[in-house]
Amino acid sequence: MDYLALYVTLKLAVVTTVLLMIIAAPIAYVLAYYRFAGKSLLEALIYLPIALPPTVIGFYLIIFMGPKGFIGRIWEMLTGGSLLFTFIGIAIASVIYSIPFAVQPMKAAFSKIDRRLLESAYVLGLSKKATFFRVIIPNSASGIAAAAILVFLHSIGAFGVLLMVGGSIPGETRVASIAIYEAVEMMNYQAAAMMALSFIPISYAFLLLINKLNEARS
Amino acid sequence: MTVEASFKKQLKYFELDISFSCAEENMMVMIGPSGGGKTTIIRMLAGLEKPKEGKIVFGDEVWFDSLHHINVPPQERCLGYVFQDYNLFPHLNLFDNAAFAAVEKKEVGELLEVFKIGHLKKRKPHMVSGGERQRCAICQALARRPRLLLLDEPFSALDAITRRGLREELKSLKDKMSFPIIYVTHDITEALYLADELLPVVEGKMDNQWLQKMINREPSTEAVLRAAREPRLTLVY
Repeated sequence: MDYLALYVTLKLAVVTTVLLMIIAAPIAYVLAYYRFAGKSLLEALIYLPIALPPTVIGFYLIIFMGPKGFIGRIWEMLTGGSLLFTFIGIAIASVIYSIPFAVQPMKAAFSKIDRRLLESAYVLGLSKKATFFRVIIPNSASGIAAAAILVFLHSIGAFGVLLMVGGSIPGETRVASIAIYEAVEMMNYQAAAMMALSFIPISYAFLLLINKLNEARS
Repeated sequence: MTVEASFKKQLKYFELDISFSCAEENMMVMIGPSGGGKTTIIRMLAGLEKPKEGKIVFGDEVWFDSLHHINVPPQERCLGYVFQDYNLFPHLNLFDNAAFAAVEKKEVGELLEVFKIGHLKKRKPHMVSGGERQRCAICQALARRPRLLLLDEPFSALDAITRRGLREELKSLKDKMSFPIIYVTHDITEALYLADELLPVVEGKMDNQWLQKMINREPSTEAVLRAAREPRLTLVY
């Protein structure tokens, strides 16, 4: 069994989840509370990764993150290295691939909060930022937890995007889903079976947790 | 400190156009039929809504002036605002709710005792009765040491007996407070019981005849017809 690949998978999932919680919160806040021109266009753009085939996302990421791409060139200027085939590269890919799964539940949780609670906080002297941390976040904790779990599970399952952007470098970009695929390709069914099996309890436990959170919310 | 306001705003069915002032140690009761713009007036005082034109002055501070484009945000007006429900934060217990914006945390315990909810301070809002929630909401507003207290039908979601008790407590509380209080209600009994000053508001305008008409029950004007849909409340107290 390829423990290194399992380790990379978990590391990627944790990094993606943490990053996305920080990135998605302000986006969800804006989508939940502000009205502006082009909002629905922006929202659809954020949810686009759900609708696109992973290989299409992977293709564009290669274009942007490659040595001639916009992001790739900035990265090379800063570090002198390439983004493709690195852990940071697949982390960026994973964040973009999972962004809808973070924004959507968070936005739903934020919109559910009664506006009068926010107004009450403003009248009590809290700035918008303080209200976000003292009122909105604690009152949407279960929605945020659901978002985190969804992102975590979704990034464990990523395959096509990561394969295109990161390839399969052991310890760096070879995640478990890729390792399973390669094991099957090499007719090593026993290794594939072990790794495949290790996914089931993790995913199942997290799904149970999501259902519990949803029950608590309603 | 006196609050003086005079403003206009176009609402859906009529134009709100009113001016009034309320001095310190005074409780002004704004009364009138539902949908007459009372809550909008309160929200404009709190800074949650913007008048189309006009001026709000508190003491020597200008809170709103449409000519000079002044609009002080609600955070800086330093007032207390209690509405029918939804004042309390569901994730906090009563103590933390009351202490949410407290100037002096030590005062909070005393306040809760004064309002007879000291024994419930560890409970969350959904675990106590509506009357206890509103008591806590008043504690929350007072703990921030407001310069002006706005009460928008704070007891109207409660049963008659609880409401009467709280009304009496509020009246005795008023005598201890030095800031102006503006109280909104559509209940005439409540208004007459509490008010130092009455401000009848009908369709966004001050209407001094309204109260008289209501008491005489003259079914002559549209305002009365509107009011007839509200529960009639006896003036015998």
